[in-house]
Amino acid sequence: MKKLDKLVSIKDLPEAPVSNVPSLSQKTGTWRVFRPEIDKEKCIKCYICWRCCPDISIDVDEEGFPRINYDYCKGCGICAHECPKTAIRMEREGK
Amino acid sequence: MKRAGIPTEEFIYSGHTACPGCGAMLVARYLLKVLGKNTIMNIPACCFAAIPGTFPDTCLGIPLLYNAFETTAATASGVEAALKIKGKKEKITVVGFAGDGGTADIGIQALSGAIERNHQIIYVCYDNEAYMNTGMQTSSLTPMGASTTTNPVGKKGGWRIRPKKNMMEIVAAHNIPYAATVNPSYPMDFIKKIEKAKSIKGTSYIHAYSVCPTGWRYQPELGLEIGRLATETGIFPLYEFENGAYTINYKKKTKEVLEYYKLQGRFRHLSDDFIKEVQTLIDKEWEKLLYKEECSHR
Amino acid sequence: MVKMIITGNVAAAWGARLSRAEVIAAYPITPQTIIVEKLAQFVSDGDLKAEYLHMESEHSAMAACIAASQTGARAFTATSSQGLVLMHELLHWASGARTPIVMANVNRALAPPWNVWVEHTDMMSQRDTGWIQFYAESNQEVLDTIIICYKLCEDKDIQLPAMIGLDAFYLSHTSEIVDIPDQDLVDKFLPQYDPAYPLDIENPTSVGSLSMPHQWYPEFRYKIHEAMQRVLPKLNQIEEDFYKEFGRKYTGPLELYDTEDAEVVLIVSGAAAGTVKETVDMLRKKGVKAGVIRLRMFRPFPSEELAKALSKVSFVGVIDRSFSFGHEGAIFSELKASLYGLKKYLPIKNFIVGIGGRDITTNTINRIYDNCFSCLKNNKIDTPVEWIDIKV
Repeated sequence: MKKLDKLVSIKDLPEAPVSNVPSLSQKTGTWRVFRPEIDKEKCIKCYICWRCCPDISIDVDEEGFPRINYDYCKGCGICAHECPKTAIRMEREGK
Repeated sequence: MKRAGIPTEEFIYSGHTACPGCGAMLVARYLLKVLGKNTIMNIPACCFAAIPGTFPDTCLGIPLLYNAFETTAATASGVEAALKIKGKKEKITVVGFAGDGGTADIGIQALSGAIERNHQIIYVCYDNEAYMNTGMQTSSLTPMGASTTTNPVGKKGGWRIRPKKNMMEIVAAHNIPYAATVNPSYPMDFIKKIEKAKSIKGTSYIHAYSVCPTGWRYQPELGLEIGRLATETGIFPLYEFENGAYTINYKKKTKEVLEYYKLQGRFRHLSDDFIKEVQTLIDKEWEKLLYKEECSHR
Repeated sequence: MVKMIITGNVAAAWGARLSRAEVIAAYPITPQTIIVEKLAQFVSDGDLKAEYLHMESEHSAMAACIAASQTGARAFTATSSQGLVLMHELLHWASGARTPIVMANVNRALAPPWNVWVEHTDMMSQRDTGWIQFYAESNQEVLDTIIICYKLCEDKDIQLPAMIGLDAFYLSHTSEIVDIPDQDLVDKFLPQYDPAYPLDIENPTSVGSLSMPHQWYPEFRYKIHEAMQRVLPKLNQIEEDFYKEFGRKYTGPLELYDTEDAEVVLIVSGAAAGTVKETVDMLRKKGVKAGVIRLRMFRPFPSEELAKALSKVSFVGVIDRSFSFGHEGAIFSELKASLYGLKKYLPIKNFIVGIGGRDITTNTINRIYDNCFSCLKNNKIDTPVEWIDIKV
């Protein structure tokens, strides 16, 4: 079944309502009011922040530091709250 | 490969529309990390029916069947039967993933039937303690004292005074091969139990604690802390039921229920006396659980 | 090919067995029970390789069938009256999900009061669910139509579920001679189910997600409408192939009996058609120009075919073995709607007969024909809807 990323008319639809396009086009980062900022000085690379992100918007950079994916991060603040070294600050968006 | 104690591979895409700080999302994330690619999930009407997005988008990297509200366990039964007759059963895990309403209320008939037939499925109830998707209405798993949109705080009281149904006891009464409570605040325990469920011959039931900042009314960053308090107060004990025996996995009941209740807006209206009543009930249930563990291991 | 003397229920079970149904999820209800019992026996004896699920309700039975079909297995179930209406929510789901499930429904009256005898209200009240609907007249037809339906429903141009109605007790529990076709001939006619969108680990998909008003929910529903429109031509082809393979001829949505020169034609569904045909024979011997059209399919409704068959007729009596409260019989309404706008005005009257299994005899049908002829002669329909044999 071909990827349904270009739907223009009824002819492009499958017979049954079958979805197969990953939701990555929805940039939920626009929902944020507060954004997390990681302080690499304090970070001990325990990756607890990566583990507790409900939006899977923390991955790991080339140096092994956790990196926030701001395209999708909704700013819930769980990572900042759970960080054992308080290495993550929640900053007001737009400042 | 593991990181912070849990597998690294993800089976959920970002861009889903769960609320910020959604507990159910963590439940699904950890569940799929263990079960992996060879999983088919079916989901009824619930938060998770809206979370993956609208057609043609999906946030799951595994096959997903949406089913009608009351049919989660019946749908999982049908999937399992089809895989069995096609000779694919051994390779694919079938998971029914429903909310508390779709499990304990409208879905309980189907669940009971599926357990009785002992289908090779894992049934996960993500318990956010109300019909959250439709706007926080009361379900039979809404805890004592909570205010919801159908048990609102009014001039004559009105908030929920009935205690939660005990789903673990209900499934235990079916002599289910394996049932366990899990909590994303305890990820290692979570992972271990899903691995156990995956290996069970027959039906497994997983009751997952699922924090909900929108419905419980707290700042989303407190999600995992509230989860820890739930277990440490004994409100959500971590235990397993396997082949008739109870095993409590976390015995440190060190906190008072007030610490849990005071963090959430849905309990804000409660009097000290009511909280005392809740504490008595929780203490009694904890004692019962300890006793069950002792008796079932004799 | 073997000839057996079997009831409609056993014939339905044979239909499912010969179609090699792979998942049978069912719940017992009088008078369907023999279907599920016979299927259980087939499975226990190893004659049918299927997963047999003892579901805890009809609603769950349909849920399991939908799931099994979406996973890639051929699903079958059977029910009746209360069970069918309990499934209602999921009947919509099955057609919306485009699952080619085939179901045998023993047509039985709805409660209260409790009544286990024949009436078509159960299936009639499901006419909006997007299922293809057949009403059988004989046990042979029950068996054959199940096989034909799998071939029809699984066709990639169709992908819709179908239900076959068989009258309670008149078919379900009455024995007739039935040809049981050879399994290998059926296998040749009906190959293994090849689903259009199987659940596939390598290419994961989500089936049935949210779809908005601006895109694409209305289009998905329109597709069901388009698929329904393809049913009758497709069925025509399949029935031709069936005739070539098995030697039995089915004529699509209608069976015409002595209608070519008929003045008065009755329209009837189900086993009572046999009684009407018998009455027509008696009347024809007396030189009365009576005919009957057996309505074999109610969905899709064969508007064009009926209009054509009735083009030279002077009066139509529609027998409904059901009723839509607040209006009239369903076949009557839908036929009138099909004839609307045609140049010739055709007088048409509704007869509500056989409700709750009240017996329909040649005597009953004779009176109905008499009434029709007299309405025709007087050029006046005495009453548009008449309930027959009600003890007033």
